[in-house]
Amino acid sequence: MDQHTVLLVILGMAAVTYGPRLAPAWLLSRRELNPMLARWLSYVPVSVLGALTAQSVLAPTGSVDVSAANLYLWAAVPCFVLAVRTKGFFGVVALGMGIVAGARFFLG
Amino acid sequence: MEQVLEQPAPRGAAVARESLRLALPIVLGYVPVGFAYGVLAVKSGLSPLNTVLMSLVVFAGSAQLIAVGLFAAGAPPLSVVLTAFVVNLRHLLMSAAVAPHLAGWPRRLLPLFCFQLTDETFALHLSRFQRKDTDRAVTIGVNMVAQAAWVAGSVLGVASGSLVGDVRPLGLDFALPAMFIALLCGQLKGRPHLAAGISAAGLALLLPRLGLGQWSVLAATALAATLGMVAETLAARKE
Repeated sequence: MDQHTVLLVILGMAAVTYGPRLAPAWLLSRRELNPMLARWLSYVPVSVLGALTAQSVLAPTGSVDVSAANLYLWAAVPCFVLAVRTKGFFGVVALGMGIVAGARFFLG
Repeated sequence: MEQVLEQPAPRGAAVARESLRLALPIVLGYVPVGFAYGVLAVKSGLSPLNTVLMSLVVFAGSAQLIAVGLFAAGAPPLSVVLTAFVVNLRHLLMSAAVAPHLAGWPRRLLPLFCFQLTDETFALHLSRFQRKDTDRAVTIGVNMVAQAAWVAGSVLGVASGSLVGDVRPLGLDFALPAMFIALLCGQLKGRPHLAAGISAAGLALLLPRLGLGQWSVLAATALAATLGMVAETLAARKE
């Protein structure tokens, strides 16, 4: 593919990515939401995060891996405990990275 | 006196410091992934300029990596655009979910804020907004820091070319999963939310097996949010 076509594809990607990012906020931010829609939207964050967390921890390479060889799974357990206990954010990130780095260093 | 005190906000250097502090986990995650993207893009035949341009105008990690894979495989141009659309459609729900928190914003700032709405900035800002931390300058600041990290990672990847550094010894590849865990736990307030989170997790793992890989986060979110809404409605009716 020549670079001119690549450029056009990139601009197309930018347009189709930006539209869904902007349209709902633009259209809904000044409006009194239907109570059912508002209730539904209140479940979007926990659902998005549940989905993203599950995929990144339980399927880090694309397919589900719940074996002992999945380091992310091991690291995730103490991260969950710390996150639930402290409601912290940076501590959890530091703990997780520390465990992953440490495990690779000591266990090869 | 003018009404300048409507939002007692940190200014200047304080805004920058707070934005950097909040965005740090995102930076730690974006730089290595952006780096990987930069390396792969150049290897797939994209020019350095186009590679960096994509990080500037698209700014969507998974879609950019998938696009690079498609370019390498010689996929038709239109299919690359369509795939990006499907992969990024999940932002539709995130944009709708932040909308109520943006009601007090000047409208001209919405296009800027939404341009940098990613999984990570969404998750971070929504948690902030829910605890009434709605400072606009910091919000935009975090987004700018996040995209700067993404672009910087891409540039480094392009510059290193074939010299692929391994980020794994530092555990940087776990920065974003750990951030998702922390933000997820902050959202688990009450049984319906817990149920929605667990359902979304299960669906996100199940749906790719049914051939819905590109749609999995969007579909899992929509289904789980519906479940949470129904559960809450039923619980309210019982009382």
